[in-house]
Amino acid sequence: MIIAGRAWRFGDDVNTDLILPGRYLELTDPEEMARHAMEGVLPSFSERVKPGDIIVAGRNFGCGSSREHAPLALKHAGVGAIVAESFARIFYRNCINIGLPALQCHRISSEVMDGDDLEIDLNRGTLKNLRTGVRLQFTPLPNFIVKIITEGGLTWYLRMHMEEWIDEEI
Amino acid sequence: MGRTISEKILARASGLEEAEAGEIVKARVDVALIPDLTAILSFKAMRETGIDKVWDPERVFLFLDHVAPASSIRAAAIHKEVRRIAQEQGIRNLYDVDAGVCHQVLAEEGHVRPGMVVVGADSHTCTHGALGAFATGLGSTDIGVVLATGKTWLRVPETIRINVEGDFPSMVTPKDLILKIIGELGVEGASYKAVEYSGGTIRRLGVSGRMTICNMTVEMGGKTGIVEPDAETAKYLNERELETLGWIKSDPDAEYERIYSFEVDELEPQVSCPDEVDNVKPIGEVEGTPIDQVFIGSCTNGRIEDLEAAASILRGRRVKRGVRLIVVPASREVYRKALRAGILEALAEAGALICNPSCGPCFGGHIGILADGEVGLATSNRNFKGRQGSPEARVYLASPYVAAASALKGAITDPREVQEA
Ligand code: SF4
Repeated sequence: MIIAGRAWRFGDDVNTDLILPGRYLELTDPEEMARHAMEGVLPSFSERVKPGDIIVAGRNFGCGSSREHAPLALKHAGVGAIVAESFARIFYRNCINIGLPALQCHRISSEVMDGDDLEIDLNRGTLKNLRTGVRLQFTPLPNFIVKIITEGGLTWYLRMHMEEWIDEEI
Repeated sequence: MGRTISEKILARASGLEEAEAGEIVKARVDVALIPDLTAILSFKAMRETGIDKVWDPERVFLFLDHVAPASSIRAAAIHKEVRRIAQEQGIRNLYDVDAGVCHQVLAEEGHVRPGMVVVGADSHTCTHGALGAFATGLGSTDIGVVLATGKTWLRVPETIRINVEGDFPSMVTPKDLILKIIGELGVEGASYKAVEYSGGTIRRLGVSGRMTICNMTVEMGGKTGIVEPDAETAKYLNERELETLGWIKSDPDAEYERIYSFEVDELEPQVSCPDEVDNVKPIGEVEGTPIDQVFIGSCTNGRIEDLEAAASILRGRRVKRGVRLIVVPASREVYRKALRAGILEALAEAGALICNPSCGPCFGGHIGILADGEVGLATSNRNFKGRQGSPEARVYLASPYVAAASALKGAITDPREVQEA
């Protein structure tokens, strides 16, 4: 799976209240959530982001509230992947579960500038910066996680594999 | 080799002899907690898996607490839908808008016991580690899968142990301790880890104070905060007529990733400053900062002990003119106890606005939202930009003593000075 788009650079500790402020938790339609994606940091984000664009962030991305509204808003705004130095735990799970690639790459902040064009090869675990030509390796995802992402998220994955899930120990 | 309480609980829940940190297990869930604002997404996810019925309606607990009672048409529609789902699914444990904050109600009503696996569609589910359970917050899709199958996958976390010794000085509380810890470890200091709190100070602490501490473990990235069950746990459970047998504890030779020691004998009141929870300072450094609003409540500090602490300062005095003091008991039970004990009266006489049990202004959803440029001081757990309203507002976090003293003076105030005055 290849993901290609423009990089949107953010800093450390971007929390879910910034990604989608609490006042929008009453929304239940992901398309509506998408209109407020990143509103707490960059209010114009949802208008400017294009399908496939990639969020590049520092440490602890997605800390705070467990609201799945936050990654849903990003996904439906068109974000193709999030690459960060590290992720907060619940947010990371939520991304995988809804089929939004969340990739950990320690050097990402120093190798990518806002606006760079990036290309991610999910299966090979690489990210290429088309401006500088630099190729980075991200922490590879376990196979079943890649499957969850490519099958559109955990719920769709389970539709196919429910029996294994219920009967088998991992 | 010895195992931590978290490893042992997860092993048992996964039907394994043993589980070791780093392993991925599929655990059976004992309690699934779902508040109003994440409920619709959770049940939608359940249906997406192709399953229409929850695995066990007796283990699902629904709460209408974040915007209670409904303050908008949208919130009302969500509440209506959650009530309908409860009926359709045969879920008896629907706590409606009159009950209070999910975490307080779940514990108080005796639904959590030591050794359980508790998951919730809310990040502060880690609060329930105070009762010796393995408790963690998950997103709606994870919860949807739990609703469908009763199971979730978890990576068994490494454990950080925090030993606390000494006696709290007067007007210094578990809230000051956890703020101090978060200040030292940082917002990522316990990422993906279980944090086990131990030592003499924790042993002497009641469940209420333990809940305050476990509650904020997620603010340093922790997967769960946990306290081994003991006599205090037994006392709490006995009051609820629950059995206290077969507890799981850490082995004496369990392996910890890191061990920290804290002393509270000399601890001062702590304040977390905008806009990160780990931006913690001793009160002396922020004293005198003017404030517009004080909020006492939430799953961190909205219990009877917290309201009593505030009342002990405000009794017979008046909140500073121009400052709004909003008090939100964490549950109806807390509200009734505080009413009977004269605490609400003392607070109201002092000028507090007493609101109904709910999350209140904690997450900026309704009552008590801050405007551009306003400064709030809250006993809750997050002070992120925009958390309690405008992104241009600023929020300080502190204990109920500090909150009450600050309401009295209209500026951040050391409660020890107010008492002496
Ligand atoms: S009181 Fe605050 S932190 Fe606790 S559950 Fe409600 S919104 Fe979340």
